Amino acid sequence: MTTTLRPKELRLFEGADWDFSTLQRIHDACEEIALGELGLDVYPNQIEVITSEQMLDAYSSTGMPLFYRHWSFGKHFAHHETFYRRGMRDLAYEIVINSSPCISYLMEENTATMQTLVIAHAAFGHNHFFKNNYLFKLWTDAEGILDYLDFAKGYISRCEERYGEVAVERTLDAAHALMSHGVHRYAGKNTLDLRQEEKRLQERRAHEEQMFNDLWRTVPVGKTKKAGDLGLEKRRAALGLPQDNILYFLEKSAPRLQPWQREILRIVRHVAQYFHPQRQTKVMNEGTATYVHYQIMNRLHASGQISDGNFLEFLKSHANVVFQPNYDDRRFSGFNPYALGFAMMQDIERIVTKPTEEDRAWFPDIAGRGDAMGVLRDIWANYRDESFISQFLSPNLIRQLRLFHLYDDPDQTEGVLVSAIHNERGYLRIRRQLSREYDIGWTDPAIDIVDVDLAGDRRLLLQHIVVNDCYLQEADMKLVLQHLADLWGYDVLLQEIDGSNVVAREHTASPRKIVQ
Amino acid sequence: MHIVDRRLNPRGKSLENRQRFLRRMKGAVQQAVKRSLQNRNIRDVLDGGEISLPIDGMAEPSLRRGDGGIRDHILPGNRAFVEGDILPRPPGSRGGKPKDAGEGDGEDGFRFVLTREEFLDVFLDDLELPDLAKRRLAETEEETPFRAGYSVSGSPANIAVGRTTRLAMMRRVALHRPRREEIEALQRQIEECEDDESRLALEAKLKSLTEKSRRIPYIDPLDVRYRRFENEPKPVAKAVMFCLMDVSGSMSEHMKDLAKRFYLLLYLFLSRRYKKVEIVFIRHTDRAEEVDEETFFYGPATGGTLVSSALAAMRAIIAARFDPAEWNIYGAQASDGDNAHSDGNLTGHLLQEILPLCQYFAYIEVGEEGGDSSISRSPLWLLYEGIRSDLLPLSMRKVCRRGEIFPVFHDLFQKRDAQSRVTP
Repeated sequence: MTTTLRPKELRLFEGADWDFSTLQRIHDACEEIALGELGLDVYPNQIEVITSEQMLDAYSSTGMPLFYRHWSFGKHFAHHETFYRRGMRDLAYEIVINSSPCISYLMEENTATMQTLVIAHAAFGHNHFFKNNYLFKLWTDAEGILDYLDFAKGYISRCEERYGEVAVERTLDAAHALMSHGVHRYAGKNTLDLRQEEKRLQERRAHEEQMFNDLWRTVPVGKTKKAGDLGLEKRRAALGLPQDNILYFLEKSAPRLQPWQREILRIVRHVAQYFHPQRQTKVMNEGTATYVHYQIMNRLHASGQISDGNFLEFLKSHANVVFQPNYDDRRFSGFNPYALGFAMMQDIERIVTKPTEEDRAWFPDIAGRGDAMGVLRDIWANYRDESFISQFLSPNLIRQLRLFHLYDDPDQTEGVLVSAIHNERGYLRIRRQLSREYDIGWTDPAIDIVDVDLAGDRRLLLQHIVVNDCYLQEADMKLVLQHLADLWGYDVLLQEIDGSNVVAREHTASPRKIVQ
Repeated sequence: MHIVDRRLNPRGKSLENRQRFLRRMKGAVQQAVKRSLQNRNIRDVLDGGEISLPIDGMAEPSLRRGDGGIRDHILPGNRAFVEGDILPRPPGSRGGKPKDAGEGDGEDGFRFVLTREEFLDVFLDDLELPDLAKRRLAETEEETPFRAGYSVSGSPANIAVGRTTRLAMMRRVALHRPRREEIEALQRQIEECEDDESRLALEAKLKSLTEKSRRIPYIDPLDVRYRRFENEPKPVAKAVMFCLMDVSGSMSEHMKDLAKRFYLLLYLFLSRRYKKVEIVFIRHTDRAEEVDEETFFYGPATGGTLVSSALAAMRAIIAARFDPAEWNIYGAQASDGDNAHSDGNLTGHLLQEILPLCQYFAYIEVGEEGGDSSISRSPLWLLYEGIRSDLLPLSMRKVCRRGEIFPVFHDLFQKRDAQSRVTP
């Protein structure tokens, strides 16, 4: 006699309730599909069940499980909480952390279907992306980040004890203001190893203690050599100018910072660098995760592990996630990265498996290759939003989304020009323009430190290369410049240089006297 | 894969950040709390709740592009446009970036929910009872534990680890307890030793050493020390606050509301800040009665006005229950200033009798909504003004609008130097 499994025993769960063994079953089923059928490569998973309050906590400290203390996180918490309490905004279903093991937070209120969706989305989709995308490989250190944040938290609270909360807060405020200009955009020789950071600091302190000799204080100092004769080029080369990483420059060269302040700048810089890849891969990251959860959920349903009812529940939230309102919709607030990313991934799958003539002409490399997951895995590993869109946004999808390009020149008094729509003439231009909107090298203002008057009044000179007449937001820029001057310790001059290479605007700031 | 249940982790992980935020915004929060007080129902005046803060001072600036300049937008959902169309700009905008719907949150102000505790803390910050001078031990003594050396007995929670290990080490050294390394070295020697005779000698030595180390324990119960605490009685100042409220017919609803608000602030301030403050509620029309707080704040009453009745009641209660030699006595009186003409003299006498017993006596005169709170010509005000001198601890204020209650209250009870007094 043969026994056949009745559908009920195949099911991972029934209804909405779940417990920890359900989660384990769900994870194992997802893992089987993700590693076996989709060929994903992930960090080990750690799934943490949290309450809504803990989710708000995680929100306010940039999603990280531990973080140093700062008032701004309290502000964000209060802000999110107000909206959440009034029912104006839902919380995310999950948060996932780029670390090894990869930590995914699941909210306790989620139904079993939602937990399945979240595990497939975060623990496999995002996790694979974190582990394989070149930007994350280059700029983040998944094994070291949690230990490093622990060190940072401890270090900053020790600084608070030793130097006072006010002084530390002032330094952190200033560092946060410059955070957007505290990342290396191009890779240097040394790869980042966060685990070495704490050791480095200890070694440095040990060295200082070892070398300390009070006698040096009493040695008469001769006349110092004059550095004023150095030519401009030499001087700039000696300081590593021009430098676009302002925090790095201050950490290395600001004359009046205490060693602990330099270390705090370094911590903020490392945190900014850690999040740098995420800013550049929003569409791809979410597109990958959404595509993966969609694949996994469909396969679970096809094999009968999820009931029809639960699958419908999934489809409903999936449809919400990938909803893209039109430009004239009241709900429109730019592109939804989930929608755009998912649509592009599905479009690529179509091109690889069922290409049209047009696709063959536009994407000769991948059209008709047949192995959709192979092509997608390669794309996920080697692109960021800007290059991804500029190479894989297809005419088909442009037509489907009915994209158009508006060119808004304030000098044109009649109105805004529609410069391209979804037709032969427009595809390339729309694609180029959209990819540019995701290029942070284009969207972030380009500001460099270009010179320091070392022999004179030590004034720091920065230049902003203005593109398309977009000057810096004045009120914010003044505050940031003030922070910059406080850190630098001397005057700071920011020049905004317009398209014809003329200094169009100048802003200065002087350091504030510190009243303790 | 691990599944971790974090739900039972301690709550309030972000509390520290929240407190830092509140500290940073202290001034603005205080302003907002005061503003929110004015429009509240008397029952939930201090229930905490939402306040709105201005956003300046907590900006997190960054270097970003401002409005203006040439902009490109890619948008989805084209219906009717063709290339080359010119779309008129919406009126009022001069081109540039369209405002994203999602970015508008909290631009005009930052809305923030304070808990009741936080609300009261902000609210009662820097207030105190003036001149709390007579410090006597209260009958029920308050005790605080303080460290008093070490003892050989105590609860396990109080084990002084450092002291215990120090004593244990002293004993081990003194009694020559063999160290572990010694024994290990000996064992190694035995393993390496090939000569039978010397091996036997070594084994005997090892045996004696291990026995000795068993006899002399690593930590002996004798070594254990506990942190000792002794309780120190803490002097507690005894204070009593008399709340005298006029509820006669001449008080309008508005005036009663003002007076009750004032007493509610006073009541909350005293009950939260001072554990040992007695509060006596006296309300009066043409006769006075001592009531409980519920009746005082919410019970209806009406009638004529004889202020002296309240003062007489206060004097009687002081004589019966609160010996001025032991108690710090405070009084707060709220009235519309009306008093029967024939009662003036008696009231004056009574007040002059009571004032020297008091550390502080505040008189609040409530007026009609549109009234002028800088001057008053009421009989009671004139009478009190005649009595007031630098030597008597009497302060007077007039209040006409809800918004003035908090400033006046704050003014009367803010922390000040021992010498300076509130002057009208």
